[in-house]
Amino acid sequence: MRFFRSRLSPPILLLMPAFVIIVLVVAVPLLFSLYTSFTGYRLVKPDSLWQWVGLRNYQRLLSDVDFWWAFGRTLVFLTVALNLELVLGLGIALLIDKLTAGQRVIRTIMMFPMMFSPILVGFQFKYIFNDNVGLVNNAIQSLGWENVTIPWLVNPITANLAILMAEVWMSTPIFAILLLAGLMAMPRDPIEAAKVDGCNPWQVFRHITLPYLMPFVYIAMAIRSLDVARAYDMVKIMTNGGPAGRTELLWTLIARTGYQDARMGMANAMSYASILLSVYFTVYFFRKLAAARRTMGGVE
Amino acid sequence: MERSWQRWLIRFGVFIVMAIICVPGLWIVMTAFRDNVEVMARPPVWIPERWTLDNFRAILGLSDSQQGIPVIRYFMNSVIISVTSTVLAVLIGMMGGYAFARYRFKGKNVAFLWLMLSRTVPGISLSLPVFMIWSRVGLIDTDFGVILVYLALNIPFTIWLIDGFFRQIPLSLSEAAQVDGCTRWQAFWKIEFPLAKSGIASAGIFAFLTSWNEFALASQLTRTTASKTLPVGLMDFTAQFTVDWTGMCAMAVIIIVPALILTFIVQKHLIAGLTFGGVKG
Repeated sequence: MRFFRSRLSPPILLLMPAFVIIVLVVAVPLLFSLYTSFTGYRLVKPDSLWQWVGLRNYQRLLSDVDFWWAFGRTLVFLTVALNLELVLGLGIALLIDKLTAGQRVIRTIMMFPMMFSPILVGFQFKYIFNDNVGLVNNAIQSLGWENVTIPWLVNPITANLAILMAEVWMSTPIFAILLLAGLMAMPRDPIEAAKVDGCNPWQVFRHITLPYLMPFVYIAMAIRSLDVARAYDMVKIMTNGGPAGRTELLWTLIARTGYQDARMGMANAMSYASILLSVYFTVYFFRKLAAARRTMGGVE
Repeated sequence: MERSWQRWLIRFGVFIVMAIICVPGLWIVMTAFRDNVEVMARPPVWIPERWTLDNFRAILGLSDSQQGIPVIRYFMNSVIISVTSTVLAVLIGMMGGYAFARYRFKGKNVAFLWLMLSRTVPGISLSLPVFMIWSRVGLIDTDFGVILVYLALNIPFTIWLIDGFFRQIPLSLSEAAQVDGCTRWQAFWKIEFPLAKSGIASAGIFAFLTSWNEFALASQLTRTTASKTLPVGLMDFTAQFTVDWTGMCAMAVIIIVPALILTFIVQKHLIAGLTFGGVKG
């Protein structure tokens, strides 16, 4: 005990359990998966774990059309989803801020989608967009087009839109709640002063409200970027990458390659691409958040 | 005159937004209490004509007509896994958050960055090596194996949140207590812990929700009723070409209700937690 006291400072001792667990569950497995990505490991052939193939998995990946489609689709999906969530969230926050009563109740309702499991959100929209029993087709038929059954999740374009909608439904409220919290905490004096000086509402929004909200935008983005891969759950249950791989995202492709085709080496090579993508998003938003906090000072 | 016109427009807009948020969930809840025949009915039946608990009886294995899915087992697994990993993550998060907020040490920023980066690894990417290692050391399909992974998922975020809360408590408070004869340990429990309580509570809720709702890792690391959680069990209802809609909706209700109750109890702390105490809820 005395040895530990003298060698290890309190913060190191306090952080020890956290780091032991992260090393055990994240760092060691990721090193192992890095090694595996240089082998031709297949789940059905345990011996192949020792079969070193160098960069072959990565070389194949670079020329793999399916991989690039999934990668590109993931990138587009994330960009569109995050921007849409931000714009819609901002709109909703501004709208609710203008309400004179009932803000608390509405904020509580908006927490609803946050509690949903992504797999549940996926199931919910799978049900709603189902061609036979879905809410959307039921509504269309009730409006008079009785013979119309649109196969939302079978058509590649509408299937992608349905997945996007599930993602936006789930995450927009987080943006709205955080931005609303920002709006409510905003001092009113600068706005009044700007109005007295003759600014129109757009100018007030553009030069006073929006800059003030930026740290909140980045908090929301940073929280969101930690968990971008949860779209996997939704795609898994809604379309499982189909029809014909047209809704395949990087993450579903990894699962298919690793578990279904049992090509673990290849899947691990792919998962490094997905990890780099996530790290890029996270570092980008955390940097922005830190910068915004520095310039804003007091908001924290 | 124009102002009241505007006000109604705003109310209408808010109403539409709330409808979009609520209708999908309500549709699931209604189907859970619906007769199976009504789901397929043409023309569609909007409001169930006869509310029934049959779907719940069926999935709990209480009716003779249909083989039940071991929902109660899944529920128990979910509770054990989520509660254990939440309690441990909050304890470890408090220690870590306190270390980051109150001490200066070498490599602090680097340590924090790596901690956060460990959280960004997509679940499915992490599941590949964890699956390979866990199956070699016999942790596949055990509660312990899942709890360990969820701890690693939850620790970075709890440390991040709790660190933010401790930082807002002026150092002078606990220093004053120490001058008056408290040890640092006593000062923590008497001064800093009570002040950071709402942050710790929200960290706990987020940890619980993450564990309760997680699917990507659990779907690979669990196999049987020994450790399958509710989100994984939801997939039991989908066969290749058929989906048991009413059963799945009943299951969905079972998954969402505990999360809902818990969140409403502590919702005041949630917003303060998300904005790191910068804004009161």
